[in-house]
Amino acid sequence: MVVVTFLLLRLIPGDPARMVLGPHAPASAVAALRRQLGLNLPIWRQFWAYLYALAHGNLGASIYYKAPVASLIAPRLALTGSLVLVATFFAIVITVPLAAFAATRQDRPGDHAVRLFSLMGLGMPKFWLGIIMIIFFSLDLHWFPVGGYGTTFWQHLHSLILPGLCAAFAIVPVLIRSLRVGMLEVLGADYVATARAKGLRSSRVTFVHVARNALVPTVTLLGINIAYLIGGTVVIERVFSLSGLGDLMLSSIGVNDFPVVQGVTLVYALGVIVVILITDLVTARLDPRIRIK
Amino acid sequence: MSAAITASVALIEPEPEVARRPSFKSRALHNRTFMAGAVMTTTIVALVLLAPVIGRYSPVGQDLLHTLSGPSALHWLGTDELGRDTWSRLLYGGRTDLQVGVLAVVFPFCFGVFIGTVCGYLGGRLDSIVMRVVDVVLAFPFYVLIIALVFFVGVGTHGIYIAFALTDWVVYARMARSGTMVARTLDWVAAAEGGGLSRARVLWRHILPNTVTQAIVYSMSDIVIVILAVVTLGYLGLGIQPPAPDWGSMITDGQNFLQSDQWMAIMPGLAVVFTGISLSLLGDGLADILRPE
Repeated sequence: MVVVTFLLLRLIPGDPARMVLGPHAPASAVAALRRQLGLNLPIWRQFWAYLYALAHGNLGASIYYKAPVASLIAPRLALTGSLVLVATFFAIVITVPLAAFAATRQDRPGDHAVRLFSLMGLGMPKFWLGIIMIIFFSLDLHWFPVGGYGTTFWQHLHSLILPGLCAAFAIVPVLIRSLRVGMLEVLGADYVATARAKGLRSSRVTFVHVARNALVPTVTLLGINIAYLIGGTVVIERVFSLSGLGDLMLSSIGVNDFPVVQGVTLVYALGVIVVILITDLVTARLDPRIRIK
Repeated sequence: MSAAITASVALIEPEPEVARRPSFKSRALHNRTFMAGAVMTTTIVALVLLAPVIGRYSPVGQDLLHTLSGPSALHWLGTDELGRDTWSRLLYGGRTDLQVGVLAVVFPFCFGVFIGTVCGYLGGRLDSIVMRVVDVVLAFPFYVLIIALVFFVGVGTHGIYIAFALTDWVVYARMARSGTMVARTLDWVAAAEGGGLSRARVLWRHILPNTVTQAIVYSMSDIVIVILAVVTLGYLGLGIQPPAPDWGSMITDGQNFLQSDQWMAIMPGLAVVFTGISLSLLGDGLADILRPE
C-alpha cells in the first residue's frame, strides 16, 4: 500500500515541481522545489526516505499550506470518522428490515418493490441523491441545514443525518441484494421448519431464528463493502460542504498539493484496513464457530 | 452372452425423455428482466446516437437572451445559465458518458480475465504475486483511489481510462481465478489434459469459455459503476472537461441554481438513474439466462 501511494507521485507525466509552479516559474524555483520534494535523489533513495518518514509518523509537508500533512489530517479525522459511523448505522437499519421483508415475501409484490428500489439505488449517483435531499429536506422543509457541521455535539449529529443517509445508500442496494439471498437460504433451513412445526409465532421465528443467523453474513458483507462506503464519503463531504478528509483531498487537488493528496490517500487505506479488522472481530463474536487464529 | 447384451441394451433403451434446454434466443425472449433491460438500453443508445438529429441545438451553442428558461416548445427541457439547450446537452452528454463507460471497461475485462485464468490454472509464484497486488488495490476505497489516480495521471477522459485500466482489472482477475480453480478439478478438464492436449489449448478451449460468462455478466454492472464514477468525476471537475457536455458537470452547474431552477440539477441525474436501471436489468437478465442449469 505504501508502495502504491509512493508510486502515485511517479505517475505524473513530466515534472511534478514544474506542474505545481506553472510554466512561467523560474528554473531556480523549480529546482528548489524538486530538492524540497526530494525528486533530485535516485528513486530507491526517495522510497527509502518516504518509508523512513512514515515510520516516524511523518507524511511529508504540504506545499500549499506550508504545514506537515499529518497536522492537516488529524483535526479532520473526527468528522469523516463520525460520518462513516452514522452511514454504517443507517446502512444496517435500512438494509436488514428491507431484506427480511423481501425474503419473507419471495416473488410477491413486496419483494418486487424492494428489488426495484435496490435496482434504482444501484444506478443512482450518491452526490445527486444528496442534492435531491437538500432540495427536499433543507430548502423546502427546512428540517436540516443545507451544509456545514455546526459547533455543538447535537448540531454535529443533526448535520450528519442527511450526509450519513446519502453515504449509506452507496452500499444499501448491494447489501439488500446479497442479504435477501442469504435470508432466503436461512428460511429454507431445517431448524426454521422445526421452529415453525413447534408452533412458534412467525414473528418469533423471523427475529430469533432467521435474523440471528443472517446477522453474520450481514456483518461480513459490511466488511467487504465498507471500503466503497468510505470512498463515497469523499464526494458526499463536498455536496454537504463538510470539512472532513475528503474535502481536504479535493481542495488539495484544486491547488496541486501532491503531498497532501498522497497522505490522505494512505490514511483512507489504513482506515479501511482497521474497519475490516473490526468487522472480523465482530463476526467472530457473533458466530462461535469462527475462531481467530 | 447375447442374452447379457440384450439385457444391457434393454436397460439403456427406455432413454428418459430429456427436455432439451431452450436455445439462448428463446430463453432471452422469455426472460422479462432481460427484455425490459434490452428495450430500455436500446432506447438510450438510439437516443444518444441520434443526438445530432433530435437534439435540435448545438450542445455548446450559447443563447444569452434565453438563459435559465423553463421547458417550452422552443427548448423542450429549458436552457441553462448560458442559454444552452438542456435536452441537447443531455443527449450529447449521454453520448460521451456512455462511450467512456463502455470503453473504460474493455481493457480491465480482457486483461483481468486473461491474468486471472492464467493464475488460477498455473498457480505458483505468479499467482501469489498477482493476488497480493489485487489485495492491495482492493484495500483502497474505490473513489479515493480513482480520484487520486485521475489527479496524478491527468484530468479528463485520458486520466479516466488509465485510472480504470490500473484498478478495475482486479475484480475480473479474482473472478476468473476462482472460476478457473473450480474448473480445473472437473472431469472433462482432466480428460482434456489426459488426452494430451497442450496446456494452452486446455486453457483457451476448455476453461476460458466457462469462466468468461461470469465476467460478461459482471461487466454489465461494472459499466454502471464506471458511468457513475465518470459522472461523479465530472461533478468534481475531474472528469470530462467543459465545455464538452457531461451529466456530472451539468449537475454541478445546476447546483448553483437550487433555489430557483431545481430541474437543472434534477434532469441529468434522472438520465443517469434511468441508464443505471436499464443496464442493471440487462445484467440481471443475462445472469438468469446464462446460469447453468
